[in-house]
Amino acid sequence: MTNTTLSRRTFITTALTAAGGLALGVGIEGPAEAASLGVRPWGDEGKRYPGEINAWVVIEPDDTVIIRYGRAEMGQGSFTALPQILAEELECDWAFVKPEYASANRNLRENKVYGSLATGGSRAVRETGVMVQQAGASARERLIAAAAKRWSVPASECAAAMSKVAHKPTGRTFRFGELAADAAAIKLDKEPALKRPDQYTFIGRRLARLDVPLKINGSAKYGIDLEVPGMVRAAIIKCPVFGGTVKSVDEGAIAGRRGVLQVVKLKDAVAVVADRFFRAQTALNALPIEWEVGAAGAANSAQFRKEYLDALDQKGVEARHDGNVDAAMPMAAKVIEATYEVPIIAHAPMEPLNAIAHVQADRVDVWVGTQNADLALALAAQASGVKPENVYIHNTFSGGGFGRRLGPDEVAQAVAISKAVGKPVKLIWTREEEIRQGRYRTQAAIRFKAGFAADGTAIALDMRNSAGSSNPANVRNGLDPQTTQGLVNTAYKLPNYRVVSILKNTHVPLGPWRAPGHSQNVFFMESFIDEMAHASGKDPVALRRELLAHRPDFQRVLDLLVEKGDWGKPMPRGKGRGVAIHESYDSIVGMTAEVAVTNGEVKVERVVIVCDCGVVVNPRGVETQLEGGMIYGLSAALFGEITVKNGRVEQGNFDTYPVVRYKDAPKTEVFITPTPGKRWGGVGEPGATMIQPAVTNAIFAATGKRLRSLPIAGQDLSGGA
Amino acid sequence: MITIKVNGTSHQLDVEDDTPLLWVLREEIGLTGTKFGCGIAACGACTVHVNGEAMRSCSVLAGSVDGAEITTIEGLSPDSTHPVQQAWLTEQVPQCGYCQSGQIMATAAFLKTNPNPTDADIDANLTNICRCGTYERLRRAVHRAAALMRA
Repeated sequence: MTNTTLSRRTFITTALTAAGGLALGVGIEGPAEAASLGVRPWGDEGKRYPGEINAWVVIEPDDTVIIRYGRAEMGQGSFTALPQILAEELECDWAFVKPEYASANRNLRENKVYGSLATGGSRAVRETGVMVQQAGASARERLIAAAAKRWSVPASECAAAMSKVAHKPTGRTFRFGELAADAAAIKLDKEPALKRPDQYTFIGRRLARLDVPLKINGSAKYGIDLEVPGMVRAAIIKCPVFGGTVKSVDEGAIAGRRGVLQVVKLKDAVAVVADRFFRAQTALNALPIEWEVGAAGAANSAQFRKEYLDALDQKGVEARHDGNVDAAMPMAAKVIEATYEVPIIAHAPMEPLNAIAHVQADRVDVWVGTQNADLALALAAQASGVKPENVYIHNTFSGGGFGRRLGPDEVAQAVAISKAVGKPVKLIWTREEEIRQGRYRTQAAIRFKAGFAADGTAIALDMRNSAGSSNPANVRNGLDPQTTQGLVNTAYKLPNYRVVSILKNTHVPLGPWRAPGHSQNVFFMESFIDEMAHASGKDPVALRRELLAHRPDFQRVLDLLVEKGDWGKPMPRGKGRGVAIHESYDSIVGMTAEVAVTNGEVKVERVVIVCDCGVVVNPRGVETQLEGGMIYGLSAALFGEITVKNGRVEQGNFDTYPVVRYKDAPKTEVFITPTPGKRWGGVGEPGATMIQPAVTNAIFAATGKRLRSLPIAGQDLSGGA
Repeated sequence: MITIKVNGTSHQLDVEDDTPLLWVLREEIGLTGTKFGCGIAACGACTVHVNGEAMRSCSVLAGSVDGAEITTIEGLSPDSTHPVQQAWLTEQVPQCGYCQSGQIMATAAFLKTNPNPTDADIDANLTNICRCGTYERLRRAVHRAAALMRA
């Protein structure tokens, strides 16, 4: 059938059948009903598409627009947002869009054609956004050039819209699908300019997420759901004392158990391989293992706590110093001091870590939901001895990440096990393994000192912070920039301001936890700013306005927060309202929390969030990330604590590591107030930080009790400060 | 050997009696919409209906469900048109989505016994964990589903 424009309805039906036979389209705002995402969102490695216009965009003869997605979908919605950004420039019909994961192998072979595939730092939209804009604009111009050439008319007489190129004077059109192969061969003299934000017609729409239809009927495939022909299954336990190794394993104890195929000893872990996961897991539970744990086997949380507090008195490194704190502090009419601390916490994404690895002599395939496909590839190559060019990472949906899936420990393990058994292996961690083998948020402590002039003006703020580096490679001159995020880069302006960092690590492995650095430091900073307000007789919002007087964008966020959050409105006895505000990942987020404290029990009743993230790609995407981030941070504030005894993590599951459920979740309202002209900011992480101090500040307002450590659970809220 | 009917189809299965129903569904029958989250009935990601009642399949042993009728997320409706699924779609609830099969199954069972729940009823009866923190939208979707089911 030539010269036949595929009807939209036909296309939709086809696309949906391929995606698993879904029914769609009940009253969702926006035109997103038709674009679709595969149940298995990775592409067919090695398939060459004639209609590949560039690494990001393929247009097939039937007008399907395959858009490569160069980050990881772990719930944050960028599998929809990035194609939305690209579609704005491409001028394609959203109904024809079908995103798929960008290939990590290709990213390696083609010199980072997709940039970094690692998904952290709220960077997906902020960084990849510009790359896909350019890719979309370039593809559009080449489609236009291809049409102009066929018609022998100047490209300036042609325009693209809704997946067609039209010759304006004559009204003739070509479908993108008819032009793609020609467009792929066209080279532009120069790359086209990108649209200005005021020209956007598609960015900013409240599109429905493409993955939601797959996530309401069980069809979305996560790594844990996949099957590979000939696959066996493995359960694993790594030495429960971090850094320890395997001493001995009594394999005879599980000999003859049904389905059990092999015990695989790694340096620091033992895996049992079986035909079914439950058989592997129960056999592993029954397997006597002796570990070599060394001195770390005596470590415990009480000792860590003392070490982090003691570190505050050690010599550190100045991470920032404005003015001269040592000269200013003695001049202060009033000085206040406070010490804050937080414990180690785990990520606990809903999907425990898992990976399928298939190691062959000259090729490795890994199916895994990972935040870091580039690193997964490198680790798989290292663990298998196969050249990186021959390693293929098939990224799947992830059941949450929050930073835990940035360090793909499970990939190296699965590869090692597959290599040992010579078969494809699906490795699944239990929840206990996930809680006990984390890459945790660091334990941290801080000592604040603030000086005020006689009129109450804050003149000096001094901080000494002890925290662990999650990656020693990031340490330069005794500083890891991540540990002071949220202290060094606050917008608060005081004439004398100093941050001293003391890096302190234990044997506990650390990693980025949603909004790393900010996560604990904003709790510290925004709590102490609150203390400063009370110490100088000022309203907490008023003091913030004063210290942020140079930032009209912050003032606007505060204006809206005061209005929507009912700031200043009296609350009944036993209830209180707290505030926090901070800029991170190019977004300003302010929050108020309202709490009720009854018989020492805290209930967070209402949270109002105001955000200036610049250009909004999808308002609902921003709202849901801020809501979700807030809940994630609230779990940490209310309950989050990992303790270590005899070198081992004591918690193991949601019974001992509680998290927020419906009953703990506050009524939440989100308001977006973007500064015109400001570039887009990240929104995946900020929500997780502000809630912690907003709640403890609210508890202070309700009870007069200042909480200087987390979690809140278990603390005595009966008395005043 | 046990016999169970899952989403209307009978299966005769040679599994150990102490195998959790979760792993029977996922690995013997190949229905992977039901998720493993904790293994101790603490998170609800594995919720299915056993003879119409919501149960956490990670802690239901195969030997105890011989002869039972089981419904999983894949069998809740043939085309995602169950009122709870429709409400989830309209409210755009899922983020990572991993807990949502269990959330939907728990809600579908809950609304049969409580067709018009208050927020307090929801807090007391729906205890599934969502680490993405979709509770605000979950709550709206529960009320929306209840309204759809009453209509």
